[in-house]
Amino acid sequence: MTDARTLPRTDAIGGRRPGFLARHAVWIALALALLLLPYLFSSRLALSTMSMMGTMIIFALSYNMLLGQTGLLSFGHAVFFGLGGFFTVHVLNAAGSGDWPIPLPLFPVVGGLGGLAFGILFGWVATKRAGTAFAMITLGIGELVVSSALILRRFFGGEEGITTDRTDVMSFFGYGFGPQLQVYYLIAAWCFLSIAAMYAITRTPFGRIANAVRDNPQRTAFIGYDTSRVRFIAFSLSGLFAGIAGGLSVVNFEIVNAAQMGAVESGSVILMTYIGGVGNFAGPIIGAILVTWLQLILSDATQIWPLYVGLLFIGMVMFVPGGIAGLLAMQAPVMAARKLHRVVPFYLLALAPGIVALVGLSVLIETSHQFSIRASYGPQLTLYSIPLDATSPLPWVAGVVLAVAGGILFMRAERLARDAYHAAVAQGGQG
Amino acid sequence: MRTLIGSSALTLALLGATALSALAQDTLKIGYVDPLSGGGASIGQIGMNQLNFIADEINAKGGVNGRKVEIVGYDNQTNPQISLVQVQKAIDEGIQVIVQGNGSSVAVAVSDFVTKYNDRNPGANVVHLNYAAIDPVLTNEKCSYWHFTWDASADIKMEALTNFIKEKEDLKKVYLIAQDYSFGHAVAGAAKRMLTEKRPDVEIVGEEYHPLVKITDFSPYVAKIQASGADTIITGNWGQDLALLIKAAGQAGLDVDWYTFYAGGAGAPTAIKQAGLENRVYQINEGINNQGYGPAEERAGALMQRFSDAPIYYPRMFNMMDMVFKAMVEAGSEDPGDFVPKLEGMKLDSFAAGDEGFMRADDHQFFQPLYISTLGALEEGQKFDEEHTGWGWKMAASVPTESTLLPTKCDMKRP
Amino acid sequence: MLEIIFVSTLNGVLYGMLLFLMASGLTVIFSMMGVLNLAHASFYMLGAFFGFEISRRLGFWPALVLAPVVVGLIGMAVERYGLRRVHRHGHVAELLFTFGLTFVIKEVVEMIWGKLPVDYRVPSGLDFAAFTLFSGNYPAFKLFGLLISVGIFIGLLMAVRHTRVGLIVQAALSHPGMVGMLGHNVDRIFMLVFGVGVGLAAVAGVIAGPILVTQSNMAGLLGPILFVVVVVGGLGSLGGALAASLLIGLVQTFAVAFNVSLADLFGGTAAGAILSVWLADIWRVTVAQIAPILPYLLLVMILIFRPRGLMGTRDT
Repeated sequence: MTDARTLPRTDAIGGRRPGFLARHAVWIALALALLLLPYLFSSRLALSTMSMMGTMIIFALSYNMLLGQTGLLSFGHAVFFGLGGFFTVHVLNAAGSGDWPIPLPLFPVVGGLGGLAFGILFGWVATKRAGTAFAMITLGIGELVVSSALILRRFFGGEEGITTDRTDVMSFFGYGFGPQLQVYYLIAAWCFLSIAAMYAITRTPFGRIANAVRDNPQRTAFIGYDTSRVRFIAFSLSGLFAGIAGGLSVVNFEIVNAAQMGAVESGSVILMTYIGGVGNFAGPIIGAILVTWLQLILSDATQIWPLYVGLLFIGMVMFVPGGIAGLLAMQAPVMAARKLHRVVPFYLLALAPGIVALVGLSVLIETSHQFSIRASYGPQLTLYSIPLDATSPLPWVAGVVLAVAGGILFMRAERLARDAYHAAVAQGGQG
Repeated sequence: MRTLIGSSALTLALLGATALSALAQDTLKIGYVDPLSGGGASIGQIGMNQLNFIADEINAKGGVNGRKVEIVGYDNQTNPQISLVQVQKAIDEGIQVIVQGNGSSVAVAVSDFVTKYNDRNPGANVVHLNYAAIDPVLTNEKCSYWHFTWDASADIKMEALTNFIKEKEDLKKVYLIAQDYSFGHAVAGAAKRMLTEKRPDVEIVGEEYHPLVKITDFSPYVAKIQASGADTIITGNWGQDLALLIKAAGQAGLDVDWYTFYAGGAGAPTAIKQAGLENRVYQINEGINNQGYGPAEERAGALMQRFSDAPIYYPRMFNMMDMVFKAMVEAGSEDPGDFVPKLEGMKLDSFAAGDEGFMRADDHQFFQPLYISTLGALEEGQKFDEEHTGWGWKMAASVPTESTLLPTKCDMKRP
Repeated sequence: MLEIIFVSTLNGVLYGMLLFLMASGLTVIFSMMGVLNLAHASFYMLGAFFGFEISRRLGFWPALVLAPVVVGLIGMAVERYGLRRVHRHGHVAELLFTFGLTFVIKEVVEMIWGKLPVDYRVPSGLDFAAFTLFSGNYPAFKLFGLLISVGIFIGLLMAVRHTRVGLIVQAALSHPGMVGMLGHNVDRIFMLVFGVGVGLAAVAGVIAGPILVTQSNMAGLLGPILFVVVVVGGLGSLGGALAASLLIGLVQTFAVAFNVSLADLFGGTAAGAILSVWLADIWRVTVAQIAPILPYLLLVMILIFRPRGLMGTRDT
């Protein structure tokens, strides 16, 4: 988190100026990936999942404008996501019943403007402070908005929220956006645009000053920048993109309700952003994909998935403050030095006992879960396709042995891997 | 760039893992979309337990039309958006029957989604069976051909409750207290409307709305009720908002009768016992333990014995699944397109006491006899206590199906 | 009217002191370590569940002593093996660590005690009405809670101001290096402070458990209001926390007592007719209806107009 690691520049290698393709390889690859994903995964579930991931990517990136780029920890970011959604849904309903000539792909703009407006309003209040006070103000604003939303039933639709029909509005070059595939492409397009826009913001002088405010507010103030104004702009912009994400969520699910602005949603965007990695522009993208997947799929495998997510999060905070993206970005110097073959064997060596330890831990957790909460379903459980009995000592002993042995071996191998990494980087530096 | 490639690779791997989870098609799978983790899970798990129990029952008899029934749980975390992806997941896995109940927000979202899904995908027939969400919009403005509900709506319950209350001569001053959201307002609004009509002499001395699950100390509210001189409280509160209210009232020695919708819910019986409110708290629902109806006691007893850590069940869920299985057998098909017409207008001897109820075709609301009961020390012949308190529910009155009928504004669009 | 004022004041003070009981540990930890422990309510919940478990085996009084000790030890372990490690990554990392802890503690509590409320009762020795006022009873157990929180306030004040340990702790906060040079083990002091802080949360849990509902969601429901208390009071100020607790308790109880709405204020005027259309949703919303939201409004207002809180000594 100390330096602003952004996307590694592709034009650093070699002396001559690379062509258009090479300079924009990342973006072309991203666009191609977004275009081609539905051909790889064409089931409706995959499309729904990817649509949701797309919205969450924008949401998490907008959050990282605060946490990662400007160093502001907000506990109420879902407020802008939700408000963006509510503005979109109202305009969508009005457009549908009034035959306004606005095609569906433009509606996220409404969400963005709503998010921006409230970003400006709440930002004016919150960004006078930084650090813990800022975190607490956002917590208070979040509670206020959610509580008021249940009282203001006309705008927020009460508990059941407000529904809409995305096919009611003007069609867009013949596309009615009934099928999920069309919605996916709409979200993918917005996702691409938003990623590009937010990346561009990090490269502007404003983005750099925001980093400076994060790293050393005193010094930034000293050289003549108004830190609270920088925070304010970052906060408003982040509200804009969160609002766009909220608008897309309305287009995708055709419903929005007050719970979407609540503490649970605000918490999950923190998890996404941090697990993915706050120090790297692409980190929140990874986090959004991973956490959404965990929410949707891990919940089938185990009921106590929030425990795993919580442990993962704590583990990240304690041992990998750079997040997944930080780990990946650490490999850049190794790859630049073409020493990847030196370190990968050690990574695999560490990975094997690490997985063993995790399996052991999950056996322990699941067995005690079966033993306590799910006791009425009998002591039998099936883990990794192996039938186990929670009342017999076998799973407990196996769990402890796997976890402890795996853990010890992992720590040893981790040290080796670390040495290998440093050696590779040092050699790279010399060569 | 590498991180972007890394994240794409991660997506591929994760989605690939998802695609593998296709299963064989010989069982009849029913999707249960309700909270199975987090705060709502204490309620969601009860429904899951009961569905599994019912599935085991019918499988022991050979299944439905020769097919075994399997319940598949989908954790929706009481979140409408997650619910919709989970419903999509269930549909992708070949499920056509979705059971859901907790949260009107989720119910409206699921019903809406299922209806649009069937519209936009000709030939797709997915049905939403709702066992607990009772916001009246579900069977009025937002009713759907593909949504059925087995719980009585707030209006219906209040209609039955006020029919009971109007006979109470000593009832003079009523205090309404409700959570400040759509359901709370539905309950308090109906109470006001119906009481003024049926008992013009009764004075409503207070009408209080408080934010949903935000209050830790109800003593100021209790002081206010005390000052108003009320002799009766009507409330739609549930969960901790009811338990804390009753606890605070007990501590302050508030001397009133309580009419509630959800006093059977988790934590409330314990609070009533701690507050010492013997036979002062009435609840209205579609059936209780200790109703003295043999078949029900046998079935419920077996369920509670199996799930002894949370010995709670919903009588309406028995009604629901019994009717759905019956409709499937009558139609000779497990496709909702075939069995939904059979469900419309179907009559059923309801679970709790064998009295007849029916599924109204106009709005897909199940009308059933409702029962008013109070909580007190177990009496001779009563088998079941609540939450190990030694207190159990006993009947105070029953409201026949005819007295629960209400008109509907539903304009049902049939395929 | 007199009745309303009297009863509301009494209820407000009782509730405020209960809030202070819960928030005191949070203030202690913040004032000495500079860490806002987001998992504080989770330790409070652990206290309630340990209190329940111990009191049904050994009785309430042993539980009142043992549960805080157990929770304090858990807290010390958390500090030693977790918080200390993330300390060097800065305050945001510390906040995030305690934030993650809330998920884990909740899930673990659910694994042990389940998701339904447990039957944690007021001890029979204190289960009577202490006095009756305007036909309302005031239970002895609530007064007992009041006494405990007054005791804790005085005890903490004494400990910080007048004991050697308190001096070292205060010195360690501003000059940890120097205190370490003088031969004191700063790490151990921090560990102890964290243990004592969460131990206080556990005392609150043992006492509030029987009054409120002891359930695995109790931490999530109570958490936000505790942060309001410590922030409004001025982060790290014990006297501020007490004042803020009382203020919030009184504001909330008095608000409940009054049924004033916009309709009452402007109804009947020409402007009122227009307003009632535009503000249909909030036109009839009474002060009583939004009472529990007022603390959050107070929090936002305080942070705008007096960022250091009521009695804070430094801007947060």
